[in-house]
Amino acid sequence: MTVNRRILVLSAVVGVAMSLGASGSALAQDSLNNVSYDPTRELYREYSDHFAKVWKEKTGRTVAISNSHGGSGAQVRSVNEGVPADVVTFPLEGDILGIQAAGLIEPGWQSEFPAQSSPYTSTIVFLVRAGNPKGIKDWDDLIRQDVQVITPNPKTSGGARWNYLAAWAYELERSGGDEQKARDFVAEIYKHVPVLDTGARGSTNTFVQNKVGDVLIAWENEALLSVKEFGAAEYEIVVPSVSILAEVKVAIVDKNVDANGKRELAHAFLEELYSPESQQIFARNFYRPLYPDQVDPEALKAFPELKLVKVGDVFGGWEKAQPTHFDEGGVFDQIYSND
Amino acid sequence: MTRIRFREPSIIPGFRLTFGFTILYLFLIVIVPIVGLYMKTFELDWPSFWRILTGSRFQAALKLSFGASLLAALFNVVIGLLIAWVIVRYRFFARRLVDAIIDLPFALPTAVAGIALTALYVPQGWIGRLFSPYGITIAYTPLGIWIALVFIGLPFVVRTVQPVLEDFNAEVEEAAATLGASRLTTIVRVILPALLPAILTGFSLAFARAVGEYGSVIFIAGNIPRQTEILPLLIVFRLEERDYAAASAIAAIMLTVSFLILLLVNLIQSWSNRRFGNV
Repeated sequence: MTVNRRILVLSAVVGVAMSLGASGSALAQDSLNNVSYDPTRELYREYSDHFAKVWKEKTGRTVAISNSHGGSGAQVRSVNEGVPADVVTFPLEGDILGIQAAGLIEPGWQSEFPAQSSPYTSTIVFLVRAGNPKGIKDWDDLIRQDVQVITPNPKTSGGARWNYLAAWAYELERSGGDEQKARDFVAEIYKHVPVLDTGARGSTNTFVQNKVGDVLIAWENEALLSVKEFGAAEYEIVVPSVSILAEVKVAIVDKNVDANGKRELAHAFLEELYSPESQQIFARNFYRPLYPDQVDPEALKAFPELKLVKVGDVFGGWEKAQPTHFDEGGVFDQIYSND
Repeated sequence: MTRIRFREPSIIPGFRLTFGFTILYLFLIVIVPIVGLYMKTFELDWPSFWRILTGSRFQAALKLSFGASLLAALFNVVIGLLIAWVIVRYRFFARRLVDAIIDLPFALPTAVAGIALTALYVPQGWIGRLFSPYGITIAYTPLGIWIALVFIGLPFVVRTVQPVLEDFNAEVEEAAATLGASRLTTIVRVILPALLPAILTGFSLAFARAVGEYGSVIFIAGNIPRQTEILPLLIVFRLEERDYAAASAIAAIMLTVSFLILLLVNLIQSWSNRRFGNV
């Protein structure tokens, strides 16, 4: 009895102390959870430091930002299942539509920030081994008999969906809009794929570390990062004639910020993405800034000019592209059931 | 007439407490998740469930997952028996070290194992390089999957057979020899029957672990539909599509098939107990 009471008192003391500590730090500090996709680790680390400075100047308060990264499909699932995300920054509009469908984000989020809530973009390019031994210049070289292609699985990887759509857009343009030809072309490319990794980083490792394949279809930022890390003596980038404009999307998770009174902070965090300093941070991390004129021209040299098509123009937007191509029984599944 | 009693009276106290805790624990940790899994599956109507069950891609993955797991577990029975024999019966330099190495596949995070095995077995890797001149590719083929499953399943057979072998009475072998049995006869008719229950347990464990393995296999499997796609990956796909019912359906089918196979192993085990006596 006495032992029990002592434990009770002790735990009460500890509990009060802990809640005091927690509320004490909450008074001094704001906090924000940003749930993002896989390759943006370096980007959001730098941006969080920048935003913390801006927030301090503006409000005099410090803010602790935690960024979470992973394959976007899995990230969407964890937000829907209750991870306390205040803002989300995802590679596909379809990802955020998935959260909207779960009722956490109100419809119309696309018009909340400039450029349909897309503060930076990227595209899809090729990474080949030094000297380009297979002479790969454009998408049609990928279906040559002696070429092995590395790309992740569009079922699990957001980046892989962009790869797929970029190839489709190329053939559609070349054939003058023939959907059947585009489909056959994409199917042919996947016949040259010996391994479908589950994420973009996995494919980069297969190509770079395990030396499998002749060409990696990759995010431009991943390709530039690989060349920067390993040097031009090992890899080079090949820019195809046509690729896709990968519009990255950001949104406030309405239900969560309203529950915690964080809307103002969340809004400021995403709005600041459009400032000249932030645009400079994107360019430094190999993402294409929305406002190139605000960025040091030297940093823009990494991004070659190429014809970029939009999902909205060619595929009728993500609301249509996702079910048509990638959901169960979609074109991607059919490609693998034809043979 | 004998009355059916819930339990035999025992002189050991604490039955109610320990039994109650056991049931509660099993209920919370094992039964609830599994019942939840089957209940989620029942959200599907029959046609959709049938469509999953008869899909050619699902069936290919089913064959691959169970086939590779069975072959890996069988291989581990042979090699595990050999290793256990060597460790128990011989005294050699660094025996303790070899003994400790057996547990490494337990300790290594599966993703690390998968990445390491892949790096070794790709055509440019240390081991893959030896095979590629003969046109044998290991990584990204079913062979690679099998190697990963052999790796993670190794400790199970060794660790279940080893203690039984250690307790095995050498006098029985001597008796067999004095009665004129050849060495082979002794092994087949005296030693193996005694080890059979342990071998079967080791096999079941290695097999069950292999069927559910995701982390290490996913790196070395090519994940190409119909060729090198394992069942757990199909479950992940359905989860990515937020189709939880279909994901649980595949999991429930896997669980049922595994359960049937393990039940069969148990039946063999009890048959062997009757046949050879409980050694």
